[in-house]
Amino acid sequence: MNKRSFTAPYIIWIIGGTLIPLAMMFYYGLTDESGTWTLQNILAIFEPGNLRALWKSLLYSAACTVVCLLLSYPIALILRNVKRAKGVIVFIFLLPMWVNFLLRTMAWQVLLEKGGVINGILGWIGLPKARLINTPGAIIMGMVYDFLPFMLLPINNVLSKVPNSLTEAAYDLGASKTQVITKVLLPLSVPGIVSGITMVFVPALTTFVISNMLGGGKILLIGNIIEQEFTVGDNWNLGAGLSIVMMIFILVSMAFIAKFDKKGEGLA
Amino acid sequence: MKKHSVLKKVYMALIILFLYAPILTLMVLSFNEGRTMGKWTGFSLHWYEDMFADEDIMDALKNTVIIALVSAVVSTVIGTLFCLALPRLNNKVRSVFLALNNIPLLNADIVTGLSLMLMFVAFGITLSMGTVILAHITFCIPYVVLSVRPKVRQLGMTHYEAALDLGATPWVAFFKVVLPELRSGIFSGFLMAFTMSVDDFIVTHFTRGAGINTLSTMIYGQVRIGIRPTVYALSTIVFVVVFILLIASNIISGKSATVKARRKAES
Repeated sequence: MNKRSFTAPYIIWIIGGTLIPLAMMFYYGLTDESGTWTLQNILAIFEPGNLRALWKSLLYSAACTVVCLLLSYPIALILRNVKRAKGVIVFIFLLPMWVNFLLRTMAWQVLLEKGGVINGILGWIGLPKARLINTPGAIIMGMVYDFLPFMLLPINNVLSKVPNSLTEAAYDLGASKTQVITKVLLPLSVPGIVSGITMVFVPALTTFVISNMLGGGKILLIGNIIEQEFTVGDNWNLGAGLSIVMMIFILVSMAFIAKFDKKGEGLA
Repeated sequence: MKKHSVLKKVYMALIILFLYAPILTLMVLSFNEGRTMGKWTGFSLHWYEDMFADEDIMDALKNTVIIALVSAVVSTVIGTLFCLALPRLNNKVRSVFLALNNIPLLNADIVTGLSLMLMFVAFGITLSMGTVILAHITFCIPYVVLSVRPKVRQLGMTHYEAALDLGATPWVAFFKVVLPELRSGIFSGFLMAFTMSVDDFIVTHFTRGAGINTLSTMIYGQVRIGIRPTVYALSTIVFVVVFILLIASNIISGKSATVKARRKAES
């Protein structure tokens, strides 16, 4: 064992499955149909329609990330103090994550649709029908629903590892409950928050499935524009160019978050 | 104090309601006789009968399982071999490899899928089920590495060397000493790869050949033309199977943990 040649299949896969494809993406994005180098596919992001889609994506994914964080932090705090059957409770929170992503999103479509379950219940108790699906709210809620466990999992992992002796020491030194959370637990959980934010923000920023299923194809996010260029529009160069722009946004946000992480740890 | 704990329970209950209401709705609707989503017209099992008779669904189910099994097995082998070789590499090479390992994990699925598709097309490879499997192996390997590597580090080289000193051949030492110790990591890596493959839609969407559907792509296709209640029946079955598998794997891993603890206590 431990032969160096054992890395060969892995290296082949990294080159063939990750590096060459990414190079192809850059090649397509930086050339036009005839194969001459150009920046027009990148600059196409400044066209009003594309710019609007990018802005919406950033807005919705930021909203989704904030909501996920605000919802899961209290859960992780509560789970920290659960003594009986903790494993079972964590299991209950994470179980939906294992159900197929498309099925989960479809479920919300069924709930929110014009003739769907929520409107059925509203009609049954004598209330007027509400327009729920095909709204920005529906998309953000679908994102929150699909990605919430990705936020909860890392925060819960970090928080449950903070030893009780630390919080007890803080109480002994006269800290209030709020102070224990803001001065002890919060700084120590920054790594979990950071990985939660990346795990939620990236798929939310790049999604086209949720916006398609819960936005009815009327609200276009940057993911939808890219997907359409590759499937319906048949302009692969443009699609690849916009993908590169999207990757740049992912990299920038990751760098930003990583910087914040360092600061946070410095404070702790 | 008392008030506080009530508040906490209410909060937890609300979140659990939010998480489960959609899934439970699908389950209830799968037993609804009519087609309409908003109205209950009576209990019936006929959507389940229709589902098992539906060739599209059965075909998609078969494809999903084949793709997930093949990509999980291959990625587990490749990932485990890589982890075994890691301690032999010098630090610089190792950190480069591990950084490369993160690319598919951190990259957006849409970019992974599209870039693979561009490569297949550029090299003249026709999109088929094979390309889907190749693509799935690509994004599954990093998960295997993530779960096997800590076990390899934990084990170190001493066990293997001790076995060699006691006269075992390298193969015997590997299969009798090293592999059993890594088993739990390899198993969880395999499970992770399998679930990631089953759950994937985006990469499959871009790398599949015409007419090849997995459960995810089939559902996505139905969304445009209207979802049939047979899919609700399917989702109910998926949920129940996932539930049983997770509980079973928890019991198995829990059991192996207690066995290990007992063995440790005895020695």
